[in-house]
Amino acid sequence: MVVELGHFALVLALLVAIFQMVVPAYGARTNDDRLMAVGEPAALCQLGLLIVAFLSLTIAYVTSDFSVANVVANSHSTKPLLYRISGVWGNHEGSMVLWVLILALFGAAVAAFGRNLPPTLKANVLAVQASIAVAFMLFILLTSNPFLRLDPPPADGNGLNPILQDPALAFHPPFLYAGYVGFSIAYSFAIAALIDGRIDAAWARWVRPWTLAAWMCLTLGIAMGSWWAYYELGWGGWWFWDPVENASFMPWLAGTALLHSALVMEKRDALKVWTVLLAILTFSLSLMGTFLVRSGILTSVHAFAVDPQRGVFVLAIMTLFTGGGLALYALRARDLRQGGIFAPISREGSLVLNNILLTTACATVFIGTLYPLALESLTGDKISVGPPYFDWTFGPLMVPLLLALPFGPLLAWKRGDVLGAAQRLAFAALLAIIVMVGTLAVLQRGPWLAPFGIAIGVFVMAGAVTDLASRVRLGSVPLGDAARRLVNLPRSAIGTALAHFGVGMLVVGVVSTSAYREEKILVMKPGEVVSIAGYDITFRGVAPRTGPNYREEVAVFDAARGGTQVSHLEPSRRIYDMPPEPTTEAGIHPGWRGDLYVVLGDAQTAGGYAVRVYFNPFVRFIWLGAVVMFIAGAISLSDRRLRVGAPGRARRVVAAPAE
Amino acid sequence: MTRKQRRGILIGVGVAVLMIAAGLVLFALRDAIVFFHTPSDLAEKPIAAGQRFRLGGLVAAGSVKRGEGTKVDFVVTDTIGNIPVVYEGVLPDLFREGQGVVAEGKLSPEGTFLADSVLAKHDENYMPPEVAKALEAKGVKLGKGAEHPAGATP
Repeated sequence: MVVELGHFALVLALLVAIFQMVVPAYGARTNDDRLMAVGEPAALCQLGLLIVAFLSLTIAYVTSDFSVANVVANSHSTKPLLYRISGVWGNHEGSMVLWVLILALFGAAVAAFGRNLPPTLKANVLAVQASIAVAFMLFILLTSNPFLRLDPPPADGNGLNPILQDPALAFHPPFLYAGYVGFSIAYSFAIAALIDGRIDAAWARWVRPWTLAAWMCLTLGIAMGSWWAYYELGWGGWWFWDPVENASFMPWLAGTALLHSALVMEKRDALKVWTVLLAILTFSLSLMGTFLVRSGILTSVHAFAVDPQRGVFVLAIMTLFTGGGLALYALRARDLRQGGIFAPISREGSLVLNNILLTTACATVFIGTLYPLALESLTGDKISVGPPYFDWTFGPLMVPLLLALPFGPLLAWKRGDVLGAAQRLAFAALLAIIVMVGTLAVLQRGPWLAPFGIAIGVFVMAGAVTDLASRVRLGSVPLGDAARRLVNLPRSAIGTALAHFGVGMLVVGVVSTSAYREEKILVMKPGEVVSIAGYDITFRGVAPRTGPNYREEVAVFDAARGGTQVSHLEPSRRIYDMPPEPTTEAGIHPGWRGDLYVVLGDAQTAGGYAVRVYFNPFVRFIWLGAVVMFIAGAISLSDRRLRVGAPGRARRVVAAPAE
Repeated sequence: MTRKQRRGILIGVGVAVLMIAAGLVLFALRDAIVFFHTPSDLAEKPIAAGQRFRLGGLVAAGSVKRGEGTKVDFVVTDTIGNIPVVYEGVLPDLFREGQGVVAEGKLSPEGTFLADSVLAKHDENYMPPEVAKALEAKGVKLGKGAEHPAGATP
């Protein structure tokens, strides 16, 4: 019964979305206030219906209702509660329901918090948002309906792939989708502005918080996925340049560029045409990501087996919205008035450089991801583009970006003083050079570029601190005054500096773990010791253990440093009950200078076990950097000027929702 | 500086960055791409030892020899040709005899494939698409796993 209710709610949500797509847009065209006003209750109503649909599917999972085909295929009655819930979006159908739910959530948020938007803009935004929802709800109902029943119901389900039964992965898709789908708001605003033929700085002020919120979620979502791959896949790697990873990374790069160009537009009324294009492209890349993941046309560790019909459907959706958006852009972009002149060396200029480099980097990732597909369809040759390609293309583009990054916030709007900025950054540069020389002197191994890469990361971090220090005039006013100034700084300034600091952390983590990782593969018998990175690791033996829905072989290792034990590691090999799949669980000891990472391999016929031991220096900086960026975004979002719907709120009497 | 000159500088920087990127892409695409072959492709068109490529096919039943040192031996087959593979390291969790696999590495002078990575599957029903296509092209009937997409009504 609950399932039918959910199915019914989904169909109703589709109807409401069709209504929301047509009526407010027609109202905006004929300038009819009453027709435009219905967008708001429709968006809220659509959200309510989708919540009902999503909850009913969740209830089917939690209560293990095996009369539902989707639950049978992806769940099992012995699965822990958390994974029964995360199982809802751990499969194709359920994840698409989550997709439209988040889409409706963003649409409803615009309806609820955008009370002071110009009515035609708001009506058009909600209509465009609804059109995306219509496309995806049709997709769900026609090709991937999660509410189908089975008769007779089987006694139990097939279970969820055990490597997906993991806390980080349980929350990875919702964050990733919140990011992907959140960019739809930027798209809807861009299309609405093009339909209106009018765009101004206020537009950027409305778009920026939404883009920032989406960007934060995407940052955290990607970081969670990377962290999961690191500890769960047992290779000790954190990024593989895998097509599906790239599919989430491209919208991130474009979204990061969008955040920065929207800043120029908001503050200086410049780069309008470019910002609108970027908004369209960012969401198009999100759609392409959905297509790449959902069509199964890629060879990837993430590829899900799916039916080709679905791929064609998503391709059609993608073509419609990307093509439609770009066509409208080509027709109307000329009408958008350009404004705001600035010198090449200025805050605007640095943000333009940021945009050029980020979008170019995004383009190289795009080519690397899609080239194999294009080549195969043209010549039939099957190739894969691996990490070396990305190291050669993406890497060199990041160097000027990161070197220029600390200068940006120190330059003034309109016309900047690059020498003054350089003087203020002298200390940061000195620190970076000391770190570079120090790294070279201490390690004397690894690629010769690595110390330079670490120095760039340190420069970015120190540059962010310099930015804050010069804003609070640290050193030229008493310390107490500086502290008071820090508290009174606009939150967005603190957010900027903190986000850039996070980027620096990430760079340090990426470079040091890629260049200075240590690895040993060997056969160990109980009692034997292996030394790596100053740790002595003793293998104690292997014992069986039973978990809630798996059995495992646990190996026990003691790690000591200079004779004192620092850690007890328990890597294991699990066999899940349902489905009976094996997984490898790494034993990880996180230390401040890096992670000790031990993987248990096969038992040997001659006794002992194959063991893989890694030391990954500063690897945590990668995810910590991403978390810092997320927090920075949240701080920035709490800025009064940026707060969602802040400018002049509650000027109008709230209309009572209809229906 | 006029508005035109300023715009000129911006466009100049943009074009310069794009050209550098294009150069890097072309350079990297020549050197960093890896071709995909099946064992019978290798019989038809031999590949020089030491050249990197991806080998795809099924893991031959009964061919996996584990537990002798840190190396794992197995045979990749497309039912027409066979190639012995040596891999040093821990195999992905869903590596199974009789299932599709993609290994990346190079041939030794003796004709053994020295893999440095073995592609993991994310989904128990997943068959790497190029393996599925290559096998279909060779007329190999695929197992149950390849015919049942995840989430489809059983």
